[in-house]
Amino acid sequence: MTHQKITLAKGLNMGLRKAMEADDKVLLMGEDVGKLGGVFRITDGLQKDFGEDRVIDSPLAESGIVGTAVGMALRGYRPVIEIQFDGFVYPAYDQIVCQVAKYTYRSQGKVKMPIVIRIPFGGGIGAVEHHSESPEAQFAHTPGLKVVACSNPVDGYWMIQQAIAHDDPVIFLEPKRQYHADKAELDESATPEPLFTSRVVRAGTDATVLAYGPTVKTALKAAEAAETEGRNLEVIDLRTLSPLDMAPVLESVRRTGRCVVTHEAHVNLGMGAELAARITEECFYSLEAPVLRVGAFDMPYPPSRIEEEYLPDLDRVLDAVDRTFAF
Amino acid sequence: MSDPASARSDTFGPDLAEVFGPSQSDGGPDLVQLLTPEGERVHHPEFDHDFSAEELRGLYRDMVLTRRIDVEATALQRHGELGIWAQLLGQEAAQIGAGRALRPQDYVFPTYREHGVAYCKGVDPLRLLGLFRGVDQGGWDPNENNFGLYTIVIGAQTLHATGYAMGMQRDGVVGTGDPERDAAVIAHFGDGASSQGDVNEAFIFAASYNAPVVFFCQNNQWAISEPIERQTRIPLYQRALGFGFPGIRVDGNDVLATYAVTKAALQRAREGNGPSFVEAYTYRMGAHTTTDDPTRYRLNDELEHWKLKDPIERLKVYLRRNGLVDQEFFDDLDAEAKEMGHHLREGCKALPDPKPLDQFGYVFSEMTDEIAAQRDEFAAYLASFEGSHS
Ligand SMILES: Cc1ncc(C[n+]2csc(CCOP(=O)(O)OP(=O)(O)O)c2C)c(N)n1
Repeated sequence: MTHQKITLAKGLNMGLRKAMEADDKVLLMGEDVGKLGGVFRITDGLQKDFGEDRVIDSPLAESGIVGTAVGMALRGYRPVIEIQFDGFVYPAYDQIVCQVAKYTYRSQGKVKMPIVIRIPFGGGIGAVEHHSESPEAQFAHTPGLKVVACSNPVDGYWMIQQAIAHDDPVIFLEPKRQYHADKAELDESATPEPLFTSRVVRAGTDATVLAYGPTVKTALKAAEAAETEGRNLEVIDLRTLSPLDMAPVLESVRRTGRCVVTHEAHVNLGMGAELAARITEECFYSLEAPVLRVGAFDMPYPPSRIEEEYLPDLDRVLDAVDRTFAF
Repeated sequence: MSDPASARSDTFGPDLAEVFGPSQSDGGPDLVQLLTPEGERVHHPEFDHDFSAEELRGLYRDMVLTRRIDVEATALQRHGELGIWAQLLGQEAAQIGAGRALRPQDYVFPTYREHGVAYCKGVDPLRLLGLFRGVDQGGWDPNENNFGLYTIVIGAQTLHATGYAMGMQRDGVVGTGDPERDAAVIAHFGDGASSQGDVNEAFIFAASYNAPVVFFCQNNQWAISEPIERQTRIPLYQRALGFGFPGIRVDGNDVLATYAVTKAALQRAREGNGPSFVEAYTYRMGAHTTTDDPTRYRLNDELEHWKLKDPIERLKVYLRRNGLVDQEFFDDLDAEAKEMGHHLREGCKALPDPKPLDQFGYVFSEMTDEIAAQRDEFAAYLASFEGSHS
């Protein structure tokens, strides 16, 4: 069956399976990834088929999980780690930024760290604290780590395989709100886009909206709504946050002259700040308005009853679009 | 193929089957027990306590009301009033035993499941619902009842507990000989948490500074889907010795034993004799939380086995058999539980949603200009919708 309709959760599950079939050095590790199939069921059925030596239920210790993955990678394995929720990556932060990120550099390229750290990220699921965070900037700010974010089922399927096959450590962000949300048609025989590339997901002429992960859907909805007001927005799914694939972005902004960046993470020192700076540096004379950012305020993620007010939604993206046209 | 577990057992002590096999499902020979699952009173040479009839009835009442809190909150979750709930079904004795052993000056550092301990500390059970309903992330003033905020990040609070205990030492409220003054800290956590670096670091600090802290682990056998065997190869309480303080395993379904053992551990800490580790050997009869499905990883037989050890039933049998209760007692308690249920149901629905703009005010002790600007901008944005939707 090469054509089927799948959710993001299914795409990731299938992608993990493919990667494990393709290379027997690929191991999955994490809390509850075995029998339970992960709290989001992304690893469902994999332990049954690949055994406990390859789908490893780890002790409840994130620093331990990442630290042992470093050792496994040194031994020639390709560990794929699941961090249960975004907010629980911090106990492993030291191992990730000080060890995983620096081994290749410290060994002057003699050692590779093909570790994938999968993190369900972002909010909007009505969870309690530490279950809705967007920590991407913390990792994108760390040299030696690559950071990608998928936004749809098909990308989930391909990107996870590509990340696993990649020889550098990859922080792999999965928009948990999207896991079971929409289905898309997967053609397994297609040729996937390369991993570290951005993609125009909606062509437009009047302004460019940059998004990744959970906000891609928001941006697309905003573009639809803007259409009815006679504005034609181009939407780019960044897909890769480090390295950033700027070529499609710059090309687009040079054409449209306006840009809005949206993400769920805090605006202050976030991905939007980096994008705005680079766009300003590269397309200063094409810009009709400053690059605007739509993201979180500089406060901790709020109680879930008001998360809808806090998360960038269609209205806030449109509001920013309006503001770019007001210049 | 070599089996790593058996290869190791020859030279380095017990293999897994020996430690965790069926013979140990009763907690093993070192389990402190004062009341058997059949409701027989037994005695222990080191940890015993002369319970008055009043005390026994009180412990029973506390367990029944705690279960009621849990049942009501679970129902509220099912009705969509709570986003999620961490159930404690089966852990009432562990929590009430520990909670009642505390004095007002003692301080509790809980995880997210200590509803019974919170109740003992005088926290209105309604306050526990806010986090799970999504209207707040704490909901009570930790210093009002000496009951810390719930901690979601596994194990983090054990270090806070140790630091707090070190503060008590410096404040001279440990080992003064004045029982009204001497104080201790208790840190609650689960068996899964024992694997976290933070917890192990807390053990080191506490031992190194002789801090007045009791590490109280409710070993409910499971960390979501992972059984205790995934966290440890030896009975947990034996770990304490390696850190340099005593560890003890108590029957966590026996409220008399958890009370007596925790009381002794707290007393030891208050007197300045340092930390100890209490492993309350118990069982999570419900799901990990209301979003969990234990049938995916747990055998029903196991649950049936533990149902026979129900902490409330065994005390009920004892009270009845010894003529310590009459029908009126049960009727009154029933009425009280109903009242509690009503309070939670009505109160939960009435918990006000937070105001988006107020949230900006809690980021720092004082508003910064930057955040004030973001708040004002957001306020103007929200105001721009007013009237447009009517
Ligand atoms: C640092 C961290 N990692 C993962 C989680 C997700 N999580 C929540 S509860 C839990 C299991 C906890 O098991 P245990 O410590 O035994 O306590 P129990 O819930 O059984 O009382 C996990 C993995 C978390 N909250 N914090």
